[in-house]
Amino acid sequence: MSEAPDRSTGRPGGWAEVLLVVLEPSGRAPGLPPDTAATPYVARVRGFLEEAAAVGDTAAVRTPAGRRVEGTLVRLDPEPGHSFGRPVGELLDVGVELRERLAVEAPRA
Amino acid sequence: MPDTSHDAVLARRGEILRRAAGVDYPAVERAGRSFDYESLLGSTGYAVDDVARIQADANVGRTPLLELKRLTRLARELAPAGKGARILIKDEAANPSGSFKARRAALAVHEAQRLGYEGVIAATSGNYGAAVASQAAMRGLRCIVLQEVFDSAGRGQPEIVEKGRACEAYGAEVWQLTVGPELFYVLLRLLEETEYFSASLYTPHAVAGIETLGHEIGEEVRARYGRDPDAVIVTHAGGGNVSGTARGLRSAGCAGTKIVGVSVDLQGLRMSSDADFNRKSFTTGHTGFGVPFLVNPDRVDVPRNAARALRYLDRYVTVTQGEVFYVTEALAQLEGLERGPAGNTSLAAALVIAQELPQEAIVVVQETEYTGAGKHPTAQLTFARELGIEVRRSHPRENVPGQVIAIPNAPEELSVTELELDEIRRSYLRRAAAAAPEAIGPDDLVFLSAEVNRPPDVVERWLAELAEPAAASVSV
Repeated sequence: MSEAPDRSTGRPGGWAEVLLVVLEPSGRAPGLPPDTAATPYVARVRGFLEEAAAVGDTAAVRTPAGRRVEGTLVRLDPEPGHSFGRPVGELLDVGVELRERLAVEAPRA
Repeated sequence: MPDTSHDAVLARRGEILRRAAGVDYPAVERAGRSFDYESLLGSTGYAVDDVARIQADANVGRTPLLELKRLTRLARELAPAGKGARILIKDEAANPSGSFKARRAALAVHEAQRLGYEGVIAATSGNYGAAVASQAAMRGLRCIVLQEVFDSAGRGQPEIVEKGRACEAYGAEVWQLTVGPELFYVLLRLLEETEYFSASLYTPHAVAGIETLGHEIGEEVRARYGRDPDAVIVTHAGGGNVSGTARGLRSAGCAGTKIVGVSVDLQGLRMSSDADFNRKSFTTGHTGFGVPFLVNPDRVDVPRNAARALRYLDRYVTVTQGEVFYVTEALAQLEGLERGPAGNTSLAAALVIAQELPQEAIVVVQETEYTGAGKHPTAQLTFARELGIEVRRSHPRENVPGQVIAIPNAPEELSVTELELDEIRRSYLRRAAAAAPEAIGPDDLVFLSAEVNRPPDVVERWLAELAEPAAASVSV
């Protein structure tokens, strides 16, 4: 049984995500809606850590394209985070209704 | 080191794109506002058979054309007597990266390799990213994909998060960006830095790659059913899908087939708004792309967009988000096919349009896409509910983009809403006239006539009406 991995410090070669502020609000494109213009333009890029670094440090990753990208280390072994969500009863009902409908009203081909 | 500020990089766009595109755009420019569209499309040097060969070599294309027997039966039960066309679907999910975008990427990445580029870059939040990454993997090229994914709170749209995961699965470097048009700025910076090939969605290669899809549909329907497709239903966003499919159908001789574009109705949501971004349950194939790309096709990452859907559309309709979710469930439960949102947008419209046509007619939905975590309706509806969007069973007329997702009570409630193509054509002309206000010459008139797919005398009359003061005050 292994211990839970240390999430705060990444080892060299570990898979990690860095965050870069690409443009500060003052440097963004003209003509943006106010809600967008008020925020910095931010990128997240993942790759293999070049050196040991802790979350929050400035760190560089080597991307799958073999390029070096530097930013703030924000996640180690980052999960994509998406899923199938929760069952949606309204849609489950649709399936039942349609199958019943075609079963009941089916003319024999 | 060059100036990397937003404005400085955009000022170098022409030079950067020329080096990265592999297309001689100046060669197709003509006097006035015109350019030679057919020369641009012909500049690939590949006929549809050549494209098919390149794609087959990359395991792309020749996908199954499936007859949806139970959905056809449902359409016939809903339709007046004698109506209810046969519904077919082209199972493009069978392509290597799970969507028809593999066709576009196959040609672009082939071209990048032929021209000796080390890698390819694509800026897209759609399936095209995974398609380029997959084709680059197959050819041993490096790949970078840029996606608009997150709002400023770091919440990622589940479908785009999935597409990013897929790109990484194919070995791409993925830039996940917050909301804003500066995706183009990052694209330019990375093209400048890497000197990779720009695998834009809007090059002639990316459109020529789809022509095989229309061509296969035309030939297969004719061989199996002894008639041309009566209507081909195409989910419309940037215009490539409509343009390439229509051109492919023509090359197969299907002159009478109607091309129907479909977009999910997201009118009222601002596409570059940080707050609105995640209130969309569909990330493409919606009106936020579909309408602006018709009015101004050249607002893209190449000098001239090869995707010009207004030239090909016979009809353009919208459906609601809830109707697409309903049909996604119907496809799974009645046909045993679990597929993603892009093709199901067209399928929702096809179920309605089939009811307008006689039973011997044939309606083809020209794509499916893969589905899974993030893309599935349950993922999207769970995400919508977390953001406070109401999801309920009710008539689609109660659908409000960004506020209410109405899952229809019954299939009788599904409908399509017509978008008046003539209005869109006039908006196109208003913009074209404003962008180049010098006198419109005979060449321009021929060009504009082809652009909006209306005779020159109609275009002339519309332009004259637009020049009148009352019309001039109408905003685009």
